[in-house]
Amino acid sequence: MSDVRFTKDHEWIRVEGDTATVGISEYAQEQLGDVVFVELPTVGADVEAGGDAAVVESVKAASEVYAPIAGKIVEVNDDLEATPGLVNESAEDEGWFWRMEISDTDELEELMSAGDYKAFLEGLD
Amino acid sequence: MRYLPHTAEDRRAMLQVIGVDKVDDLFVDVPRSAVLDDLVDLPHHAGELAVDRALTAMAGKNTPAGSVPFFVGAGAYRHHVPAAVDHLIQRSEFLTAYTPYQPEISQGTLQVLFEFQTQVALLTGMEVANASMYDGATACAEAVLMANRVTRRRRAVLSGGLHPQYRSVVETQSKFLDGEIVAGAPDAQGDEDLASLIDDETACVVVQNPTFFGHLRDLRDLAATCHAKGALLVVAVGEAVSLGAVTPPGAMGADIVVAEGQSLGNALNFGGPYLGLFAAREKFVRQMPGRLCGETVDIEGRRGYVLTLSTREQHIRREKSTSNICTNSGLCSLAFTIHLSLLGEDGFKHLAALNHARACETAERLAAIPGVEVLNESFFNEFTVRLSKPAAEVVDGLATKGVLAGVPVSRLLPGAGLDDLMLVATTETTEAEDIAALGEALEGVLS
Repeated sequence: MSDVRFTKDHEWIRVEGDTATVGISEYAQEQLGDVVFVELPTVGADVEAGGDAAVVESVKAASEVYAPIAGKIVEVNDDLEATPGLVNESAEDEGWFWRMEISDTDELEELMSAGDYKAFLEGLD
Repeated sequence: MRYLPHTAEDRRAMLQVIGVDKVDDLFVDVPRSAVLDDLVDLPHHAGELAVDRALTAMAGKNTPAGSVPFFVGAGAYRHHVPAAVDHLIQRSEFLTAYTPYQPEISQGTLQVLFEFQTQVALLTGMEVANASMYDGATACAEAVLMANRVTRRRRAVLSGGLHPQYRSVVETQSKFLDGEIVAGAPDAQGDEDLASLIDDETACVVVQNPTFFGHLRDLRDLAATCHAKGALLVVAVGEAVSLGAVTPPGAMGADIVVAEGQSLGNALNFGGPYLGLFAAREKFVRQMPGRLCGETVDIEGRRGYVLTLSTREQHIRREKSTSNICTNSGLCSLAFTIHLSLLGEDGFKHLAALNHARACETAERLAAIPGVEVLNESFFNEFTVRLSKPAAEVVDGLATKGVLAGVPVSRLLPGAGLDDLMLVATTETTEAEDIAALGEALEGVLS
């Protein structure tokens, strides 16, 4: 998973060619507890880097999910509507939130690698 | 002695932090016409007996609804509220409990809210209802904002049959939340066609049924038109009792239904507090405003009630919440629920039928008067008449004769060229002699 990068807000983004898949990190799902609802963006919507894109709601809290980079939403994970618990079971794989076109690959450089993110999390504890 | 806890020094310090010179600067958004230049000239204090006499004399200048033949409606209706309602809502367990902030210990309060929501959902033909809003007008404004969230659009089309005060509240709320309003012209005849105003950018269409002018509408075609364009149909009901006789909005394709619930359990109260009903399709529940009570079971399997889906609400979601309402009309909704429970389903339908029957008798009597034309082909308990003289003058003239004949349309729609129209409302409290008195007085003033 070396092609996965992370944000300080605990989103992950995985680049596959021109598009990227986004979700929330394993750490984020643990902190949230049982996820009961996910509000996904609209396919076709343009998002800005750091802008609101989705909402994840757990039994404890409701949180915004921010777009790690700018681009256009091309697909959303409809399975999360009926099974929001996928975010808990498989945060960094089946519990993905959306796929997006990448406007500017340079923005990816500003995000953390898996190793940097791990160090960042250790710094939080 | 003035009971103000802050010293002049406290106030100066606070104003400095805020960055204004004086307290009045905080109220610059209040329209000039609504601001008093000087204090009201109140008399000095007096003994209790003297105050009682003075206030009784002042109250004596009113013409209470129950004291004369009374046909005033236009969104607020005089009904008979059983004495048991007032008795029960004054039980201290209910009366003192405001919207529950530590809700789960108030199981009785929550159960009432749950029963209320169930009643509202059944009456409106919808899947979910909230624990109430302030009144019909604010519920209507919330419905427009909700439709904008659901559709991710921002344009609302308002029917010309929508109560002008509802429209006004919708416009005020939308103005500050980036909403756009397209309003149809006042629809006195009840024949407007909104289809041409609906396009791919329409978030919702708001219609009232019965309309402000009393017309009943079959909304199914309009619902289909809305849905074909991806817009929601919002139906406002100004008289909750109509739901005992009229096809519920939910059965005609409405996506959100709002209503004024004052008619059940609540007196006219000089215009408030009233009770907003709010119901929607279940698929939109996450975008609903207000408190929602849910039924569940505790760890031992016993039935219990909770406030649910609170993450929509302001105390959790802050500025991202679905609404700035963080409460409900608790006591008014309790009165509604008790009144409706006392009536039962059959009683409620009978009440509605009685209201309609009185309106039919009244319309028939008035239509026989030269100079009176009944505009409605259909109505529930309120209809519009065209008079051969300006309605405001007629209403004032009849009031001096001890008959409160109705509401001149020009009072709520000034300058709309509808000065000859009057709304006439009846309820189960209308008696045969009231109708006779209205007919006779109207004949006198129009001849």
